[in-house]
Amino acid sequence: MNTDRVGRAAAPGPRDLPDTSASPGHVTHADLGGRERPGAIVPEPEDERFHAAWERDAFALTLAMGASGAWNLDMSRAAREQLPAYDGLSYYEVWFQALQQLLVEHGILTADEIAQGRPLVPPLAGLRVLHAADVASALRRGAPTERAATVPARFAPGERVRTRTGASPHHTRLPAYARGRIGVVERVHGVHVFADAHAQGLGEQPQWLYHVVFDGTQLWGTDGSAAAVGLDLWESYLEPAGREEPASGSP
Amino acid sequence: MTGPRRHTTDEMQDHDHDHDHDHDHSHFDEMELRVRALRSVLVAKGHVDPAALDVLIDTYERQVGPRNGARVVARAWADPAFKAWLLRDATAAIASMGYQGRQGEHMVVLENTPQRHHLVVCTLCSCYPWPVLGLPPTWYKSAPYRSRAVRDPAGVLAEFGLSLPPGTQIHVADSTAEVRYLVLPMRPAGTEGLDEEQLADLVTRDSMIGTGLPRQPCAPGRSPAFVPQPAGRRAFP
Repeated sequence: MNTDRVGRAAAPGPRDLPDTSASPGHVTHADLGGRERPGAIVPEPEDERFHAAWERDAFALTLAMGASGAWNLDMSRAAREQLPAYDGLSYYEVWFQALQQLLVEHGILTADEIAQGRPLVPPLAGLRVLHAADVASALRRGAPTERAATVPARFAPGERVRTRTGASPHHTRLPAYARGRIGVVERVHGVHVFADAHAQGLGEQPQWLYHVVFDGTQLWGTDGSAAAVGLDLWESYLEPAGREEPASGSP
Repeated sequence: MTGPRRHTTDEMQDHDHDHDHDHDHSHFDEMELRVRALRSVLVAKGHVDPAALDVLIDTYERQVGPRNGARVVARAWADPAFKAWLLRDATAAIASMGYQGRQGEHMVVLENTPQRHHLVVCTLCSCYPWPVLGLPPTWYKSAPYRSRAVRDPAGVLAEFGLSLPPGTQIHVADSTAEVRYLVLPMRPAGTEGLDEEQLADLVTRDSMIGTGLPRQPCAPGRSPAFVPQPAGRRAFP
């Protein structure tokens, strides 16, 4: 079957990539690159945005509560990717379920309040409220993640690097398909908030961020796509890979 | 009246052909109720300003969309100095046109050439450059696109009806951090006399993701000047 218009996925197919749900403590269902997810890619007109009224509110509530300061965007992503029903949920169902979970985890709502749709306990103090008059400026400001460099970059464009191999016991932005692969640094993006730490509530721990390009044959073997794939990877995902091995048969 | 409530939006009527409609409608009704309940309790407790929700929805439903990116691309085609700035510091160049902020804080523009074609995906979630393209289309967020774009990009392009000339290398950009990518497609031939506004009309959303190419201008002397958007235009419900 196909995905439908609201993006519900087909039943998961066999996985030939490392099972990202194996790590104790953190189970991600969102690491889809290279996996078997059959179904058509359904075109959509440019001016189509939402497919039901509730999607508008699920979207807006997520942004409004994201501005409360109770959690950050990396924590939101970590909550979404761990939803056990992820594969069968539409996009905004994922957002909505994760929002409910974050609200309960952070003591903003109780499960009973969510079920009944009315207040049962006093509001949590200290949360910011995004007011209508401030929306435009908040969106315009965004949440930049670049920070001042305090150490020099370890890698330069053109350098070969190898990605970390093991599964991550927490939220990470190194997809399974790019683990333990050799690529070439194409661009240095500067120093950015480290998503892995930020998602765990461990602060920003900013690191150098690189665009690293991998040959398709590195990722999928010689029978697969040869197209290059580039990913944005933090420095601690990478180690030097040294020079290319000399071609076999050379004296 | 018996039977499920009729939804009135066109999206409701034409989606989900392979799903049971009664089931689907009741599911959507249930989601409407659940989201409304959450909204009510958050507003009642003072955590959410309902007017802010209206502004957020209006912003991303009616104001911010791919026409912003199309104007950026058109300016790059028309103005070599702007193009050089865009490729050197996309965040600043794009901000100079008024497009900046959330989910576009750190922009990189990838220039398509006869040698290299760029395709953008986010395999881990749905990262997308909101200030220039608006919210992503459903397919961009879907499992089939996210899984296949890195493993079989040529096949994905073929699904979009795009076949690149032999010798064109594909570079897929997987948006795994907070850098957001905009593809600068190649300017179509035969557009020498067009101004920025006319050029922007040729730039499709998909051409700025890398799953499409800009529209071709009509032959000279024809009117209207441009081929209509093939995907069609639909009014908001």
